[in-house]
Formats: sequence, C-alpha cells, structure tokens
Amino acid sequence: MDFNYSNEQMALQETLQRFIARDYGFEQRRELARSTLGFSAGAWAQYASLGLLSLPFPEEYGGLGGNGVDIMLVMELAGRGLLLEPYLSSVVMGGGLIRAAAAEPLKRSMLPRIGAGELKLALACYEAGGRYDLSHVACTAVYRGGGWRLSGEKTVVLDAPSADYLLVSARSSGEVGDSNGISLFLVAREAPGVSLSAYPTQSGGRAADVGLEDVALDANALIGVVDGGLSPVEWAVDQGIAGLCAEAVGIIAALNEATLTYLKTRKQFGVPIGKFQALQHRMADMLIAAEQARSMAVIAAVAADAEDARERRRAISGAKAYIGQAARLVGQQAVQLHGAMGVVDELIVSHYFKRLTMIDLSLGNTDFHLERFSNAP
Amino acid sequence: MDLKFTPDQEAFRAQVRAFIEAELPADIRARSRLGKRMQKDDMTRWQKILDRHGWGAVMWPQRFGGSGWDVVQQHIFEEERADIGAPPQNAFSLRMLGPVLMTFANAAQQEYFLPRIIAGEDWWCQGYSEPGSGSDLASLRTSAVRQGDHYLVNGQKTWNTLGQYADWIFCLVRTSSEGRPQQGISFLLIDMKSPGITVRPITMLDGEHEINEIWFDNVRVPLQNLVGEENKGWTYAKFLLTHERTNNAGIGFCKRALKKLKEIAAEQLSNGRPLLDDPRFRDRIAQVELELMALEITNLRVLSAVANESRTLGPEVSVLKIKGSEIQQMLAELQMQALGPDALPYLREGLGMDWVPDPLLARHYPPYAPPLSGQYFNLRKTTIYAGSTEIQKNIISQQILGL
Repeated sequence: MDFNYSNEQMALQETLQRFIARDYGFEQRRELARSTLGFSAGAWAQYASLGLLSLPFPEEYGGLGGNGVDIMLVMELAGRGLLLEPYLSSVVMGGGLIRAAAAEPLKRSMLPRIGAGELKLALACYEAGGRYDLSHVACTAVYRGGGWRLSGEKTVVLDAPSADYLLVSARSSGEVGDSNGISLFLVAREAPGVSLSAYPTQSGGRAADVGLEDVALDANALIGVVDGGLSPVEWAVDQGIAGLCAEAVGIIAALNEATLTYLKTRKQFGVPIGKFQALQHRMADMLIAAEQARSMAVIAAVAADAEDARERRRAISGAKAYIGQAARLVGQQAVQLHGAMGVVDELIVSHYFKRLTMIDLSLGNTDFHLERFSNAP
Repeated sequence: MDLKFTPDQEAFRAQVRAFIEAELPADIRARSRLGKRMQKDDMTRWQKILDRHGWGAVMWPQRFGGSGWDVVQQHIFEEERADIGAPPQNAFSLRMLGPVLMTFANAAQQEYFLPRIIAGEDWWCQGYSEPGSGSDLASLRTSAVRQGDHYLVNGQKTWNTLGQYADWIFCLVRTSSEGRPQQGISFLLIDMKSPGITVRPITMLDGEHEINEIWFDNVRVPLQNLVGEENKGWTYAKFLLTHERTNNAGIGFCKRALKKLKEIAAEQLSNGRPLLDDPRFRDRIAQVELELMALEITNLRVLSAVANESRTLGPEVSVLKIKGSEIQQMLAELQMQALGPDALPYLREGLGMDWVPDPLLARHYPPYAPPLSGQYFNLRKTTIYAGSTEIQKNIISQQILGL
C-alpha cells in the first residue's frame, strides 16, 4: 500500500505541466479545436520526444514499460490542459491493443512507430443500435482467397479522421451479440472501400462514422486469433476507461480551483459570493466529490494492470460509474456557481464542463457501468 | 503507487485474524453477528484480552504503551475486528482522550491514566455538549471556579454516550468569561464517583438507553485534574475532535455492514426471487458500495499523507467524517429496506440472546431482523454527532477552501 509517485513519475508530471503552461494555453487550445486537424501536430511531436507516446509499451519495443499509474498521471494532466491530441485512442487503446493481441512482427513494426509519433491508430468497436455493447458487432469479416473481406459500419470512432490505421472489430462467425465470433483487423484508413463521415465532437475532438465496403485485407491484417477478438477489445477499452477516469479527475480538480477563485473574487451584495453559506457548502460538496473521484481513479489505474479480467472489469466499471456521477456534480455546480459566466464560450469553465459530460458518454456511461458493476458482485 | 498489501502486511492480517478468531469469546461474537445488544462487560472483557496480548491501544505509540502500528496496520486490524465481529474499543478513552493526554497532559497524568485505559480499568465518557451548546460548542456554560486546591464545577452536560457506565468524564468547562468564548475554556478530568454528580438516562428513538444527561452540583475536582493550561482547553478540544472524526470514517464497520446487507438481500425474497436480483435494489447496493470503495482509499490516502509529512491530522478529516457517516446511514437504511414488511415489528426483547420468536412469527421473521430498524433510526446520529455534516462543511469551507 503506497500512494506516492516515484521520482520518475514526478519528473514526468512536471515536464508535462510545464509544456501545458507554456504551449497549450486556453486560447491556443480554442484555435486548435477549430482547426482542420483538430489538434496540434507540433504537440504530438513534443509528446513523442518526451516519451509519452511510447510510455506504456515494453522496452523491447522501444517503450518505457509504463503501467496504469503512469497513464493516470498523463491523463490527469491531459484533462487539466484539455489536450486535444489522440493520446487515448492511439497510444492507450490502439497501441495497447497491438501490444496485447498482435503477432510479434506487427508489434515490432508498429509499436516503435507509434512511440515515435509516426503512426496513429483509432479503435472502431461500436456500432449503431449497440450503444456501449462491444459484442454488438454486425460488421462482417469473411475469409476468402487467402485474405479477409470486411463490410459494415462502425459508429462514432474517436479520432478516426487523423488515424493512419483503424482497429476494427468485425464478426467472423455467430450472431450479433455473441461473445464469440468477433475478430479484430488492422485497416488502413485510406484502404479502398473505407469511407469516413467525419465530424467534430462536443468537447472539441474529432470522430467519424466509418463505412467498410468489401474492404480487402491480407491474412496478416488479423490481430490475435479468429473469433477471439472480444476479450482483447474489452481489455483495450478498459485501459481507455481508466484513462478517461484520470482525465476526468484532472478536470474536476481544475474546475474546483477555477470555481474557488471565482467565489473569492466575484462580489455581490458588497461581499465575495464565497461568504454565503449556501455556496460554501456546495463548494465543500465539490471538494468531497473530487477526493472520492480521485480515489476511484487510483483504483481504476491499478486495476488496469490486473491479470484477472473479472477483477479488472468490476473495478474499472465501478470507477467509471462513480466518476461519471462526481463529474456531473462538479461540472454542473461549477457552471452554476459561475453564474452567467459559466455558460459562455470564452471561459474555460464551459469547456471543462463539456469535456466532463462527454467523458461520461464515452466508452460506457454511468448507467452502463453501474449495471456492469452491480452484475458482478 | 500501489494498492496491494505487502507480504508483510498480509502476514500481519493473518496474524490479527488468527488471534481474534481464537480469543474473541463465543458469546460476544454471537451477539455481534446477530446485532444483539452489546454490554459494557463485552467491551471491557475484550479490552482486557487485547491488553494481555499487547494490543490494548493499537493506535498509540509504544512509549505510551500502545502497539505502535502504522496506519495500514491499524486499518487492517479494524477491518478484521469488524469483519469477525469483535466489539469496538471504547473510542472515548482510546481515540479521543488518549491522544489529548499524550500530547498535552503532564507526566503524572499520563502515567496514571494511560495504563488504566489500556488495561480496561477506567471507562471514560465525553463531556462536551450542553443543552444550549451543540454546534456552537464554545458557548458552553458549565463553570469551574478555583477554590484552594480544587475547582468547584457546576452545570449540565448532555448527549453523554454510554455515560451510565463511566468511571471518569473528560469535560470542557468555563474557567473564564473574558475575551472570546473560546478563550475561557479548560479541559478537566472528573471522577464520576465525585459527590454532586447525577446521571440521567435519555431514551433514544430506537427505544434504547445509549445517551445521558449529567448534572454537576458543586462538584469538587482537584486542581491536578486540569489538562494542560487553564483557558487553553479549546485547543485540546479541537485536537480531540479531529481524532474523533478520523475514526468516524468507520471503514471496517461499513465493510461488514455491506457484506451483511448482501447476505440479507440474497435471502429476502421479492416476487419469489432473491431481492439481490432486483435491479433497483441492486443498484442501490452498488451505489453505496462505490462510495465505500472510494472512501477506503480516500481514508488511506489522508492517513498516509499525514504519516509521510509527519504532521497531525487536519481539517481533511471532515471529508472522511461526512462520507463515512453517510455511508453508515445508507447501509443501515438498505438493511432495513431489505426486510420490507418485516421491518415493522418492534420487538425489544429480540435484542437479547435468549429471545425465541412466536412460532407464527418465526415462519417468516428472520433472526437477524430485530435490530435492523432500530439501527437505522439510531444511526441518524452519525451525521449529527462529532460535529454535524453542516459544521464539517463549514470547517472545509473555512479551513481547506479559505472561504
């Protein structure tokens, strides 16, 4: 039982903090969100040189051998800085999935390039009508003539527009909703038959619906074993959820700081509004929610490395469900306590609030994860 | 950062568990398991058993006769104790008064009182609240006037938990009416056998006698029973409250209560199926379980930060107190709700061990049912005592947030 960060972790934290303070101000971020790419290519290169993009990969693939706590630390700051780069999609989930399930040659060729910032990935694992159910896969994968043919549609694929490759879950056997019969494929975004309907997200990122029309793939585009793709996808999504939990905790802390400052400076009736007990107690509730949410993010970060899938899933779902509710409380109340200033675009508060809200709706919302937690006693 | 217990800590847990399993008297364990009424004798017997093993004060440093355990060891002990069903130790003696004496009392007081607490010889109760001084504790009026070699104490204290058993009471008294109210308070140790003390029971909403009123009518208290300096009592009082609130998190108690709740919900039927399978009820359990999972880590984070920084506990314990007390209440409420209509019977005799329900009643009324509604009612106190939730939020606002 130890709640301290190592010296390396503290150094990493400090470096990233400095980068955000210097190169990722709120105004810059707003411009990036409006740009065509939707994030900063320069920042991505910086992350590569800081080692962030290879952080979770084993050393034999040019990585730093980081664990769930390292990712928590990065994602917490990604939350605080409202970073737009596809770190979670490309490194945590995409790269994570390659590391966990791909064959050796693919790992050797891809992981160092992801780490160097040369290659970006996106995880295409949800479909229309399935909400957050990863086994709701109708997209088909047929083996023919020594290769695979993929057809179907994947929805709201985060960071797909900038990705070089998509990791696609497709049904190689069985029916929609079956746990077995799902296989994973590495698909070049520019491959013939792949079409993207791209859009910005509510919180400034980019996503796309992806159409796959008889996309022809080599046999070695298959990641892992035929029909056995669900459990690695679940693993990758759980890594992503742990990351989102940490991101939310970073935002919650930042929102609480901003709100506290506002309570101390905004005057009405001749006094700072923080002198009113109704507002003080609200702020106290937000502080308590932040502490509890942080504890849950720690639980999720540690569980992300757990060997046992049931243990991992239960803890991570619990954390996501809890943090979803804490984030809702803090986000809504931060807006409320800022009064009309809380509902304008020019203050960071509304951007934090929108990101928190979208985090809840990503990779399974509170209701989804509460059910998953409560079904696994 | 690591949430796993070390092999040493796991070995320690096994040792604690083995000891409690072996030494906890069977009758106490049975009462605790069924939520029956605990007696002073149960707590004192257990305290003496712990003392014989050198574990009489697990939260005290060794130089005062404690076990000198770190926060994780204390956490493990509490968890195992509650899980097996050993009684809690007297918090007034061990968690509240003990730290005050160790920090502020003179050597003679420490040498006399501390060993007696560990040995289970003295039962202490707390003399803080008064009829006119609840949340506004510093307005207290019970007076202590110097007369030669003693103080003459007059006034009334109230809400004295288990004061009916007490050998001693630690009291906040007014020794000066000058300056701010906080500046005229002193911390006195009073022998409950002193002439002029009257204890009257207060019946709580669950029908039980847990709290009391205590009157002081010209009670003579030797000057050497003053702790620290005269008129500095408010500092000691706040120090004590901080310690009191840490334990208010009650993680071990809540973990046991959650386990019990799941057992009850698995046994109770709703439409012929276990209540535990009812998604609505199960979600309510899940919500409180999540709060508890988070609080366990928050609690350990706070305690280990305090240990790392070699400082004393601060206002962050208010966070633990608020959440811990709410979780206890939620668990008690769900245990009661799980009973459905069987929560209605009020059977005081059911709190005793030798009670046998009427055969007709026994057909549906389970043995764990009698205390549950009363416990729900009783535990409404947790968000009121030791500084109400609203006072805790004031503390957070002022001392953590600086509002």
